[in-house]
Amino acid sequence: MKLKQTVLLGAAMAGLLASSVTSAAEEQFIGLPSYRVGPYAAGGVGIFGGWIDYMQLINERDGGVNGVKLTWEECETEYNNARGVECYERLKKKGSTGNTLFQPVSTGITYSVLEKVAQDKIPMVTIGYGRTDAADGRVFPWVFPMITTYWSQASAIVNYMGQKEGGMDKLKGKKIGLLYHDSAYGKESHAIMDKLAAKHGFEVIKIAVAHPGNEQQSQWLQIRQAKPDYVVLWGWGVMNPTAIKAAAKTGYPREKLIGVWWSGAEEDTVPAGAAAKGFVAAGFNVAGANYPVVADIKKHVYGKDKGNMEDKSRIGSVYYNRGVVHGIITVEGIRKAQEKFGKGKSLTGEQMRWGLENLNLDDARLKALGATGFMPPLKITCADHEGPGKVKFQQWDGTQWKAITDWVESDRPLVRGMIEESAAAYAKEKGIKPRDCSKES
Amino acid sequence: MQFFIEVLIGGLLSGVMYALVALGFVLIYKASGVFNFAQGAMVFFAALTFVGFKEMLAKHLGMDIDGSMVFWLAFLLAFISMIVLGIATERIVLRPLVNQPHITLFMATIGLTYVIEGLAQMAWGANVRGLDLGIVDEPIAWLMDNYEIGVSKFDLFAAGVAASLVALLALLFQYTKVGRALRAVADDHQAALSIGIPLQTIWRVVWAVAGFVALVAGMIWGARNGVQFALTFTALKALPVLILGGFTSVPGAIVGGLIIGASEKLAEVYVGPFVGGGIEGWFPYMLALAFLLVRPEGLFGEKHIDRV
Repeated sequence: MKLKQTVLLGAAMAGLLASSVTSAAEEQFIGLPSYRVGPYAAGGVGIFGGWIDYMQLINERDGGVNGVKLTWEECETEYNNARGVECYERLKKKGSTGNTLFQPVSTGITYSVLEKVAQDKIPMVTIGYGRTDAADGRVFPWVFPMITTYWSQASAIVNYMGQKEGGMDKLKGKKIGLLYHDSAYGKESHAIMDKLAAKHGFEVIKIAVAHPGNEQQSQWLQIRQAKPDYVVLWGWGVMNPTAIKAAAKTGYPREKLIGVWWSGAEEDTVPAGAAAKGFVAAGFNVAGANYPVVADIKKHVYGKDKGNMEDKSRIGSVYYNRGVVHGIITVEGIRKAQEKFGKGKSLTGEQMRWGLENLNLDDARLKALGATGFMPPLKITCADHEGPGKVKFQQWDGTQWKAITDWVESDRPLVRGMIEESAAAYAKEKGIKPRDCSKES
Repeated sequence: MQFFIEVLIGGLLSGVMYALVALGFVLIYKASGVFNFAQGAMVFFAALTFVGFKEMLAKHLGMDIDGSMVFWLAFLLAFISMIVLGIATERIVLRPLVNQPHITLFMATIGLTYVIEGLAQMAWGANVRGLDLGIVDEPIAWLMDNYEIGVSKFDLFAAGVAASLVALLALLFQYTKVGRALRAVADDHQAALSIGIPLQTIWRVVWAVAGFVALVAGMIWGARNGVQFALTFTALKALPVLILGGFTSVPGAIVGGLIIGASEKLAEVYVGPFVGGGIEGWFPYMLALAFLLVRPEGLFGEKHIDRV
């Protein structure tokens, strides 16, 4: 009798264990190093809200990715490098297969874990920030600065100016002011702007703004004196509304003030009030809730009261939609990797890396996702971890952002040349032998 | 020359904005001998509470958010919140630390900074808000047309507010009983207590007044750059002003502000291009440091002489 009980108990235990293994295998863990408090919380709440809402949509509407439920855990970084590294370490072993991919949403944290991700075999996706030359996948196999990089953005901005002037040749002899955040992020613009100036014959007037940039009186007096034809606003945080207001104060036309994607959100224009009307900014995602993907989030996630945003009026804002783009790339990377490594199975970081490296979000796929026009079509390869390098320009009409162009290309040969040159120098410095992409499958 | 004058005027007016924040530091330093590290956080808290109440009143009472009724009600509620914050600070943070070394009180205010920053975002959310005080931030047309000098109406308004606050505070300190008690407490806690000055009441009053100054500074800075976390950074601009003007002098805060504002703008425009620009952030600190070597107590600060 005792033996029978023991056998039954053992069988039950084995059954329980097996079922727990099965359920563990049916989930995919994503670690989210977020910032919802501190200096950059306003942007963080939107980005992480959109990202989580998209993953929730996949779970609620589709039952996960081919049946694999997405699970996630947030870790508060407050945009602090040390905390970001701590979060990376804390999250990397969570979930049945560990953290599948790491998206720090901070250039500082990106640099801090750049070598760690390669050692731990966890792909790092840096959309619109981070290290530009990491777009060379031969040297940086674990890093994916997807959609576009700072250099591509600068080039696309100059192309936009060329369009406005009626041709790139019309930029010759023009003056372009570069009002930049005096940090590594702001100075990322220098090399590419110098190259573009030499190519097209315009003059770049670089004007630094010390962090945090809540005082720009002297910079705008210099701009008024120099009378540039355009001013590129390479700002961050409070520097943006301050610049927009100062532009209005000095009478500089807002239509000629072109912001980068960290200057072009509602958080930058709303505080500037009426002064922001007409301000133009680049973006690798657009604002607006009139996209099927956002409508689906409202229906399947907020309809079931499972939404992440406390302030629902922010759904469809620039940062929220940027978070949705993070979600799309995360999910589509998983989907692609499952095609190779088994549908319905949870993936390791290494398998996820393959998925990301073979990602192809063409027009048809974007349409199926309900994201046509929401983000540019994206194709990643072994050598090219960036993809399209395109941005759309949006203009603030006083109450909301309106797209005023289609996706504007960058000068791909010039930018790619700079990326490869910089990546090769990094590889030499670190003793890295670049991968031969013809041997990758 | 005309450009130089424009930079100078712009700098002087910016300096007044710094002085507005510096005033809050001076008040608390005068009453308790403590450098209140949390002053920047108080500016943020006050401005966020003001716009938060505005939104709340408009939403729940169906009032016009831009109406004067909502404005003054929100102002009153925000001021009451600052008084409550001041009383809570005295009760929870300062009272247990009476007669402790100043550095202990200073450390307590560092902790207080994080509490206030977190409390503000917890209560009102992290969204960036705009704030319109009804004064346009554009140059005075007459000056622009005749002399091509851009002087902002908003900056002039801010200067007027700062001047009124200074006059009010100077009167409070010099000619009222509370003011005299404040000065006695600043000089020596124990001696003030021994002659019957109610230390706790004085501290509550001074924190409430500092809260009022933070509210005014927060509204002006918030109207200029938006009500957001970056308001806490305004404290960074006030530090060199205090070193220069003296930690205990209300007029010193204004004079210090003017000197710092003008010199940092002139340095940025005329020296900046030779060193890569962006020197505004550290130049005032360097100036203050140089000044410390010559006059450690600041321009108007009290000279401290110890008997040995």
